[in-house]
Amino acid sequence: MSIPDLSVELAGIKLRNPVMTASGTFGYGEEFAEYVNLESIGAIITKGLSIKPKAGNATPRIQETTGGMLNAIGLQNVGIDAFIEKKVPFLRSVSTPVIVNFFGNTVEEYAELAERLDKIPEVAGVEINISCPNVKHGGIVFGTEPKAAYSVVKVVREATIKPVIVKLSPNVTDIVEMAWACADAEADALSLINTLTGMAIDLNKRRPILANVTGGLSGPAVKPVALRMVWQVAKAVKIPVIGIGGIMTGTDALEFMLAGATAVQVGTANFLDPAASSRIAAEMENYLVENGISDVKELIGALDI
Amino acid sequence: MQFRAMIIANQEVSPGYFRMRMTAPQELAGSKPGQFIMVRVRDAIDPLLRRPFGIFDVGTMPSEYPGCAPATYLEMLYKVVGKGTEALSTYHHGDHVDILAPLGIGFDLGDPDEEKILVGGGIGIAPLYYLAKTLVERSRVRFFLGGRTRDDILCVTEFERLGVETYVSTDDGTLGDRGLVTGVMEQHIKEDGRKKTIYACGPMPMLKAVAEIAQRTGTSCQVSLEAYMACGMGACLGCVVKGKDHADESPDYRCVCKDGPVFAFDQLMWV
Ligand SMILES: Cc1cc2nc3c(=O)[nH]c(=O)nc-3n(C[C@H](O)[C@H](O)[C@H](O)COP(=O)(O)OP(=O)(O)OC[C@H]3O[C@@H](n4cnc5c(N)ncnc54)[C@H](O)[C@@H]3O)c2cc1C
Ligand SMILES: Cc1cc2nc3c(=O)[nH]c(=O)nc-3n(C[C@H](O)[C@H](O)[C@H](O)COP(=O)(O)O)c2cc1C
Ligand code: FES
Repeated sequence: MSIPDLSVELAGIKLRNPVMTASGTFGYGEEFAEYVNLESIGAIITKGLSIKPKAGNATPRIQETTGGMLNAIGLQNVGIDAFIEKKVPFLRSVSTPVIVNFFGNTVEEYAELAERLDKIPEVAGVEINISCPNVKHGGIVFGTEPKAAYSVVKVVREATIKPVIVKLSPNVTDIVEMAWACADAEADALSLINTLTGMAIDLNKRRPILANVTGGLSGPAVKPVALRMVWQVAKAVKIPVIGIGGIMTGTDALEFMLAGATAVQVGTANFLDPAASSRIAAEMENYLVENGISDVKELIGALDI
Repeated sequence: MQFRAMIIANQEVSPGYFRMRMTAPQELAGSKPGQFIMVRVRDAIDPLLRRPFGIFDVGTMPSEYPGCAPATYLEMLYKVVGKGTEALSTYHHGDHVDILAPLGIGFDLGDPDEEKILVGGGIGIAPLYYLAKTLVERSRVRFFLGGRTRDDILCVTEFERLGVETYVSTDDGTLGDRGLVTGVMEQHIKEDGRKKTIYACGPMPMLKAVAEIAQRTGTSCQVSLEAYMACGMGACLGCVVKGKDHADESPDYRCVCKDGPVFAFDQLMWV
């Protein structure tokens, strides 16, 4: 049998395979260049970016939990000026599409970032992280309130002609309602899930382990929740959905595609296996070969219920 | 680089402390003292994250097969404290682990004409052996080694065999001088006016005490830090410590994995 087709298209971005690296788990790409062939990945999604550099939270910031990890990095990042000056030149040398994840504290900040990123040719698309508090409106997280999410996506949509992916938070009552709000605001695609809020406690010290008290859970432990949400959202919207959460193997990735995902992101797995993204794409290809499937796109939403 | 290492030996050198020797690619022989490794304890998802360990030693050993070129080995010294180190302690000759190495920046070896003072607390001696081995070829090296009790004092003979003057102290006096290693060290470095550099690794209170001595005596000093790590390559930003210019409005966070684990003491904020 000939080599199966792993390529997918995501809101106009052509991916050689459906595997992307999740924001915050792959730095700005260059950190991993020694360990993985960046040209073998579908797309690179960079660390969440803000207008000004951001300090992040106090330490400890991470803690392993059963089958997963909690993080409360607090969105530490270099800020857009340093990103353009220090990180973009490396990304220019890679042919793999680069998608920039970003966030703001106000609707205006989201708009400003989208405008600036729109002018950078190396940026193939943007992913908006809406799991952030709106400082102007009592700190309500944009991503938990459909109207707030709509307003953010709308201004970003108007500020850029690049593909706009909206990354959804799972910490909501009804993920489908959030997905609808973002689709109404003309998002090109949705990615989910961001981390699930969790906590770890040190019994003997009677203290929370993370300095921030709570943190975001990621890794294999969240996969069943992520699969369920991807399945619900993919059924409900017409735009492509990107599956994220606990993907460690090609099998995991293909399960997300059956649930309706057009592509996937690999996060925590990069920490234990820096070549995870490339390996997962290879494992997907093997599955297709072994099962006589010529095109991975055949599996998107092909869940038999 | 990433490689699969075969375990050659994994020996309990003191209750709860193990010294593990593994095969390594030839390139590892170029590791700098103070660099570290990330070990994937199992090819499974529990434990999930890699565990960081100092490089205790690297070198070459005769090949198992006559007539073949010498092989490179890598050693680590570790204390069993939880899930990951417990799993490691069960491994035998012939088992394999996946390793990322060498990571981080190492110690600055500095001026060979000055005296080198090494200070290790408990398992904190792990990165100091390879450092001592490297330094002793060019400089006078004195090593101050402290622990809670005699079982926490490791590898004294190995250091002595290098030709390093070794001073032992324990909190309970069961081996060597009674008292804190920093007290013993300060007495000895006061006695002459010669130029020195202190290299220290151990628990945070010990490092703070060492940094205070360095400050007070105007001695240059490098410390090797520990932090909870997920990636080991500067990507997750989980392992940061505050740099000397840190303020809430203008943060100065440094990654222990990438900017360290070794820092000049005056580059850090000691609060
Ligand atoms: C750069 C660096 C070099 C190190 N070198 C050595 C070494 O040479 N020998 C050695 O024995 N240990 C070393 N450590 C510490 C070692 O990484 C931890 O002891 C180990 O990760 C614990 O794993 P575990 O699964 O057994 O414990 P866990 O079950 O994960 O935790 C048990 C206890 O150990 C603490 N712990 C967990 N991870 C770390 C960590 N990264 N740093 C400090 N404390 C931790 C936890 O807070 C907890 O109290 C080093 C750490 C760093 C960052
Ligand atoms: C250390 C760490 C940092 C992260 N930083 C970001 C970030 O800056 N922006 C973002 O949208 N998601 C961030 N995430 C969430 C991941 O991109 C991903 O959605 C989540 O980890 C679930 O996928 P996984 O189980 O494969 O890790 C971060 C996750 C981790 C573990
Ligand atoms: S351990 Fe990930 S940045 Fe240092």
